[in-house]
Amino acid sequence: MEQLLQHLVNGLVLGGTYALLGIGLTLIFGLMSVVNFAHGEFYTLGAYAAFATLALAGLPFFVALVVAIAAGALLGAICERALLRPLRGHSIDTIMLVMIGVWIAMQNAELLAWGGVARSIPHPFPTAPLTLGPLNIAPLRLFVVVTAAALIALAWLGIQKTRLGTAMRATFQDRDTAALMGVPIGRIHTITFAFGSALAAAAGALLGPVFLAYPSMGDLASLKAFSVVILGGLGNLAGATLGGLLLGVAEELGAGYVSSGYRDAVGFVAIILVLLFRPAGLFARAERIG
Amino acid sequence: MLEVSDLRVEFGGVIALTGISFRVQRGTITSLIGPNGAGKTTAFNAITGYLRPTRGRVAWAGAALGGRRPCDIARRGVVRTFQRTSVFPALSVFDNVRTGLHLRGAAGLWSVLAGTSRVRAEEARLAAAADEVLAFIGLTHRRDERADALPYGEQRLVELAVAVAARPQLLLLDEPAAGMTGAEKERLVALIRKIRERDVTVFVVEHDMRLVMGLSEIVIVLNHGRVIAEGVPAEIRAHPEVIRAYLGSADAPA
Amino acid sequence: MIARAAVALGAGAAVTAPWWVANPYHLHVLIMAAIFTILALSLNLLLGYTGQLSLGHAAFFGIGAYTSALLSLPPLEWSFWIALPAAAAASGIAGWAIGRLALKLRGAYFVLVTISFAGVISLVSINWMALTNGPLGLPGVPPPALGPWALRTKSAYWYLVLAAAALAYLVCKRLVGSRIGRALVALRENEPLAESVGIDGTRYLVMAAVVSAAMAGVGGSLYAHYTRFVSPEVFLFSYTVTMVIMVIAGGQGTLAGPVVGALLFTVLPEALREAVAWQWQMLAYGVVLVLCVFFLPRGIVPGVLAVRSHAASRAGHPRPTPGSRSSLR
Repeated sequence: MEQLLQHLVNGLVLGGTYALLGIGLTLIFGLMSVVNFAHGEFYTLGAYAAFATLALAGLPFFVALVVAIAAGALLGAICERALLRPLRGHSIDTIMLVMIGVWIAMQNAELLAWGGVARSIPHPFPTAPLTLGPLNIAPLRLFVVVTAAALIALAWLGIQKTRLGTAMRATFQDRDTAALMGVPIGRIHTITFAFGSALAAAAGALLGPVFLAYPSMGDLASLKAFSVVILGGLGNLAGATLGGLLLGVAEELGAGYVSSGYRDAVGFVAIILVLLFRPAGLFARAERIG
Repeated sequence: MLEVSDLRVEFGGVIALTGISFRVQRGTITSLIGPNGAGKTTAFNAITGYLRPTRGRVAWAGAALGGRRPCDIARRGVVRTFQRTSVFPALSVFDNVRTGLHLRGAAGLWSVLAGTSRVRAEEARLAAAADEVLAFIGLTHRRDERADALPYGEQRLVELAVAVAARPQLLLLDEPAAGMTGAEKERLVALIRKIRERDVTVFVVEHDMRLVMGLSEIVIVLNHGRVIAEGVPAEIRAHPEVIRAYLGSADAPA
Repeated sequence: MIARAAVALGAGAAVTAPWWVANPYHLHVLIMAAIFTILALSLNLLLGYTGQLSLGHAAFFGIGAYTSALLSLPPLEWSFWIALPAAAAASGIAGWAIGRLALKLRGAYFVLVTISFAGVISLVSINWMALTNGPLGLPGVPPPALGPWALRTKSAYWYLVLAAAALAYLVCKRLVGSRIGRALVALRENEPLAESVGIDGTRYLVMAAVVSAAMAGVGGSLYAHYTRFVSPEVFLFSYTVTMVIMVIAGGQGTLAGPVVGALLFTVLPEALREAVAWQWQMLAYGVVLVLCVFFLPRGIVPGVLAVRSHAASRAGHPRPTPGSRSSLR
């Protein structure tokens, strides 16, 4: 029983970051219909940004997180402005190909910049695990899950409660009407993409210290993000959150009880099964954001 | 003949067709008319397999069509055209028609890969048949041009050519005259008559009343998903319910 | 006229290659180019003619490689000439599964399923030690044998892959110019219209997936018996990326495109190997892909053809409008 609870807790830690990844992608893929295969690269960017801030500059963890988020947002905005805006109106396949190109380019840029050797990202937390009843949890992981929860809550608030969030939802629900109402469509697209990418970068900055940072870490992150989006339904914030947690827990349970070698297969299998049997997502009844 | 019995189509809460029944006699030119939103294209979609009806039976020459996929229905000799211009845009007119001839060929994967002389003979046959269809429709002079480069009226003729190439027994035309000039419409009417002479039953949805009344032997009128009248053009023109259905809408019976 | 001369010249050069290619390493590059030509042609069948992008194509390549290797190693020790068709069949079956299951999905979802499939297969190859020997791989894959002679030398193997590549090209050419090819293009151009004249979408898309996968499986088998070693690295995504670049940059929906792309992206990296590190090349691939989408969306070969057409029409030669038959070439 204790082992089960332990797995659940670890699963929630992972799941919280998967939720961040998923929320970011559900905005980009679900709302903007951009098949963003480069999403994982922003995750990698966040991890390396954290590495640079912590290992090279020696600044506090919180600063690293901010730097990562800023880097993700900035690069995301540039991507959207330079590549996606000129292609707006083109087929979804064309855009998909461009994002594949960005994926390859970004990953190899990381490889050139940081080398292929995995980097360990230093963090300020003590390594001795905290004991909460029957559970052990490393302080770092506790920080990760709490921060992820906070960021998810902020994202929700931002999208549901602020004027900007409302503008975003309006743009993707009915572009022409939103434009008539004076919503700056172009800027909303840029902001949405930047927002989604920033969330991915945040996830990278959080999970990077837990594992390691290496240039191809984004590949799995991208696919897991897609898995979460498909599980939760396109454009569905609540679905993405729940889906992320579900995936994290499923991976941990699978790795613990079945086989750790196949842990990453959980996300793959989820994609295949959901697309074949429940393409609208597991939580299809929940409210869409758009 | 085409037998439609108790055909009902529902989308969510909206009832598009309320269990309609009618017959289209073999060898006739029959029209389906009605105000916008009456359910004409829905009926076409349900008959040709693009929509699954909620209830009802559709049969052609005694064989049931219900629940089958469009390609299977085509194989049974029922071919339709589409309301909005529908061609293979990047292909030449000749290739468009040759694609329509698909069912007239039989070459399977292995014979194609082996490149047998039978396959080559079939290809020659199909090419000749495509030219024959082009001549029939009157598009030979456009043979090698891209379909989407043609003027609108001729694109609609390409559509017709593709459908005719599939050698239908029953041809359903969905607003074939939409957007055509007067001269083009006359040409179309002559073509439809020529098609019927080849022993094809023609079932047309149209809004142009003059065209419909002049062309059809039987007219079926749909309104709000029900059949409200069925008969020869003279009867329909004077039918009180039909006149009522059209009063206030832009298309009035001639 | 020029094109035909160029092709004849190329064919002549290819057939006589072992004599004038002095450096055996260069012959190795050519052999890899031929194998990748087969892979690119196979991906082009799917992407260029049905419009569906498969990003899991390395899976078919890998399944072919592993099947061929496992069948020709102890305890079975089957001949290469049986292992090769078996590899094609195994990949073909995988292609059939993907086709049946996934082609109703289309577009981005199809892409995701193909990636996921490749991911699962890759994990299986790493973890199922009893079958695949895991990350250690399968060494000692025997070379093909023609009677008593084993094809050990590069020259001999060159003729094998050249013949295979020519055969693959022929298969594609026959398929594309046939009723089946027309059906595939029709499904890509306007699916409801295609269905209305009796073209069975599922049947032909699955057929394309099977042929495409089987061809990639042949490529895998040839690779396995050439390098004589198979490991989970055959499932590396970079192989798929390379194939995709070859097809898209070379020219999807044409037959010459993948060949040009395969040659370009096998020979060029090797030629630049001294000057430019591999990571920079991969980085360049990404940039090339983006640039292609913006400037050469149909790839090099159609781009060149369009320029030629444009130039000819300017010079006053009567020509059919560009692209009128290019989709079926």
